[in-house]
Amino acid sequence: MIAAGDRGPGKGSLLGLGAAGLRDLFVRGEASALEIATACLDRIARVEPGIGAFLTVDAEGAQRQARLLDDRRAAGAPAGILAAVPVAIKDVLCVRGMPTTCGSRILKGFFPPYDATCVERLRAAGAVIVGKANMDEFAMGSSTEHSAYGRTRNPWDGQRVPGGSSGGSAAAVAAREVPLSLGSDTGGSIRQPAAFTGTVGLKPTYGRVSRYGLVAFASSLDQVGPFARSVQDAALALQAMAGADPRDSTCSPVPVEDYAAAARTPASLEGLRVGVPAEFMGEGLDPEIQAAVERCIALLRDQGARVVEVPLPHSRHAIAAYYVVATAEASSNLARYDGVRYGARAADAPSLGAMYRRTRAEGFGAEVKRRIMLGTYALSAGYYDAYYLKAMKVRTLIRRDFELAFRQADVLLGPTTPSPAFRFGEKLDDPLSMYLSDIYTVTANLAGIPGLSLPCGFTRDGLPIGCQLLGRFFGERALLSAAAGLEAALRLQAPASAPAEVLP
Amino acid sequence: MKITLDEVKRIAALAQLDLTAADLERMRGQLDQILRYVDHLAELDTTGVEPAEGLVAGGGPPLREDEPAPCLPPDEALANAPESGAGHFKVPKVIG
Repeated sequence: MIAAGDRGPGKGSLLGLGAAGLRDLFVRGEASALEIATACLDRIARVEPGIGAFLTVDAEGAQRQARLLDDRRAAGAPAGILAAVPVAIKDVLCVRGMPTTCGSRILKGFFPPYDATCVERLRAAGAVIVGKANMDEFAMGSSTEHSAYGRTRNPWDGQRVPGGSSGGSAAAVAAREVPLSLGSDTGGSIRQPAAFTGTVGLKPTYGRVSRYGLVAFASSLDQVGPFARSVQDAALALQAMAGADPRDSTCSPVPVEDYAAAARTPASLEGLRVGVPAEFMGEGLDPEIQAAVERCIALLRDQGARVVEVPLPHSRHAIAAYYVVATAEASSNLARYDGVRYGARAADAPSLGAMYRRTRAEGFGAEVKRRIMLGTYALSAGYYDAYYLKAMKVRTLIRRDFELAFRQADVLLGPTTPSPAFRFGEKLDDPLSMYLSDIYTVTANLAGIPGLSLPCGFTRDGLPIGCQLLGRFFGERALLSAAAGLEAALRLQAPASAPAEVLP
Repeated sequence: MKITLDEVKRIAALAQLDLTAADLERMRGQLDQILRYVDHLAELDTTGVEPAEGLVAGGGPPLREDEPAPCLPPDEALANAPESGAGHFKVPKVIG
């Protein structure tokens, strides 16, 4: 957590508190849900013109939910683990009664008739849904510049991107508009923006959180997860959402563990086996990020952890495999946007076929078209074996690398991103260079394992740096425990140069 | 050159995308660059390696009983349609 603000209870410091702190105030009767929601809505009104994290803010709905929570508390009902906690939802997740655009013109005006399972579970835990967060169109991008609805600025430096694709969710938490938000991570779309904005971002194991109500990008890679300002708050969100769902057959019946407890009291790092992938350090990595990760390694050793180098020899093929698998699945998933059942339709097309082609040409942005084309090519006759089948074999090799690494280590540690937040436009005309900003994150999606980005330092220019911790399949408890331990050891303070946008 | 303009046109038709001549040319250059990068996969010997089937730990997807349950009411299912009528989605004329 960026420690600038947790200053204990009192109305004036609501914005300094995280999810756990706000819930405690509410439970103790020291703040009402309405006061908490109003503090966030006031903050949103104040900073949003300079940040642009939200596509929809439902102030009235948030206040209505908050009053209901206050009434329930007055009636003596038990409080959920996220009681009175305001939450922002990435606009790729369905929330009944709010528009869901996925940052695309093609879904303009779409109101989903149901809540995503993760949203339903957050509500059941007492969370207050405040609004929908900006994102790269259909979660394709690493800067949120590919949104059809305008840019989101990095609260640490308004000239820089917040990362992506969940840039709005990351910026909303970093700018203290909400203490908690949801994103989705297909190749790094939670962890990369978390690193760029100094927040904690968790991608759970594939199948840990239901994808029902998550608009599909790449179905074998997509996973929903939280952004927060502490490991503990991220753990609370996972606790509320994790577990089997009859509406998503890929959502696992593996029992849910006590993630909240694992993160609540910082774990001892004594004896923890930490693997550092050799391939993630060195060439291509910004020296300031490398130095920050090396400080984490030294700190872990000081605390009694055993740090070993582990090889991930196939990780250098990960981006190539990822862009074949992800685009192939996307080309299939995005075939549903045809102007018939929802969203926009091109006017006055002379035939059904022309209506499909024009609707899609007008409705999709450049990056989405590029990926649909690449995926269609990779799946087309004559190329399937060379691209899709080959990529799926490489995916097997990447999984085996991790299986071997986790024989030597309980968690893996490395950088989340090769560079800190970049400037607007810097990578927009060079798709491949944008893709390479996911170089350390895509391997976890290909393997299906959980990953977390933790703030671990700042560049000389005052930009946040994130380190990435990776865990075993369904090893979220150990992952969160190690992350909480490292977070406590780091005792990170916001630098004196920190802008007002990130301070309470 | 990894991909020709004619191939880009064929793929655009398969993907149901109307692209302008300028779009097609730009797309050709970008796909060419990305495919050159992706071609590094060919360097890797994957003889005898099974493709990553299905998904992750714990075997196949769990099965549930096939029990009838309420579904989306027709008016809600149609509420987002650009055009609908008489309980159906409406589209431009298909048969001339």
